[in-house]
Amino acid sequence: MNNELYKYTLRIADDSLILGQRLSELCGHGPILEEDIALTNIALDLIGQATSLFEYAAVIQNEGKTADDLAFLRYEHEYTNVLLTEQPNGDFGQTIVRQWLFDTFRVLFYDALRHSSDEQLAAIAEKSLKETKYHCKHSSEWVIRLGDGTEESHERTQKALDLLWRYSDELFFMDETDRAMIEAKVGVDLAALQPAWMERIREVAQEATLTIPTNNWKQQGGRLGKHTEHLGFLLADLQYMQRAYPGMQW
Amino acid sequence: MVTVTDIWHWLEEVSDPEVPVLSVVDLGVVRSVKLEGNSAEIVITPTYSGCPAMRVIEEDIRAKLAEHGIEQLTVTTTLSPAWTTDWLSENGRRKLKEYGIAPPENEVDKSVLFAEPTVVPCPICDSRNTKMISQFGSTACKAHYQCNDCLEPFDYFKCLK
Repeated sequence: MNNELYKYTLRIADDSLILGQRLSELCGHGPILEEDIALTNIALDLIGQATSLFEYAAVIQNEGKTADDLAFLRYEHEYTNVLLTEQPNGDFGQTIVRQWLFDTFRVLFYDALRHSSDEQLAAIAEKSLKETKYHCKHSSEWVIRLGDGTEESHERTQKALDLLWRYSDELFFMDETDRAMIEAKVGVDLAALQPAWMERIREVAQEATLTIPTNNWKQQGGRLGKHTEHLGFLLADLQYMQRAYPGMQW
Repeated sequence: MVTVTDIWHWLEEVSDPEVPVLSVVDLGVVRSVKLEGNSAEIVITPTYSGCPAMRVIEEDIRAKLAEHGIEQLTVTTTLSPAWTTDWLSENGRRKLKEYGIAPPENEVDKSVLFAEPTVVPCPICDSRNTKMISQFGSTACKAHYQCNDCLEPFDYFKCLK
């Protein structure tokens, strides 16, 4: 097995799965009907992307496991999603700010990954980029509407940005796995994406009259399996059926 | 003797489970059909990554081909090249409109944030005076619009490029 490629694919898959799971918690609980539908549509795209990625990871791993085994039957420290994706939905402002920080990253990431020398990752990126652009437009427009909205919506959105900003640096976290993948022309040099990300974030924040926090205290660890307390609760929900009824199928 | 052309014809009778007015051929979901003796291979591609209809489409294709005596069938899903709304056939666009769903318009790149929204003509009265209610509609591939003239709400088959 190509261990680095496996880890690399799993990271992308975990980001998609965990954020997809978070968004799907809003099914039937969205603030308005249109947003209930929008957020769960986005959840569906993310879980679809995760499915393609887990299926590929299972092939690379070559231990006879399925995409479901990888999604449902690992322990908390074996998930390597960034901390941002596991943060709770909070109010609608928090859900949207989390999505905006992530979508803006994901558009740039997939746009670079579609040139990967790994054909399967390139195909998944090409496919996912198209739908992720819709996600990013949706979350960016909401950030503007909420930030530049009422006093209340502005205050809450700013508060969400202040809360989540500490997790934004981790989107660009790189270690030996990334370096090995960049070397093999499979992976993306995330450091090269950060200036473009910052520019897009600034552009939308300015339009939304939001202030980018100057606090440089940053949190990371997700890529190495060290998570915030929130992931365990999310996994309890996510894994319940497979843990209680092993091998059950819909 | 069954030919590849026969199989394409039969597939035109397999409708998309979420947009039943379209066949899987109109939609551009069937990428290729191969036939060797009595065993066939069909390659399909999803419109959106999370499209929940893919499994049903596969089952419907199997059922349709079984009706015509083809039991040995492999259905493979491919992601590349990625599906775009350009693959929707002219026939498909016409059927969508007749059904009350506005077919995809050419849109500016989604990453352009502050561009003017695309004008989507109303499929009922053809008015261009319409508004978007939500970018995300009843299925992953549709957005929700309303006509300001005839007031009819309608689905718009989103442009995906």
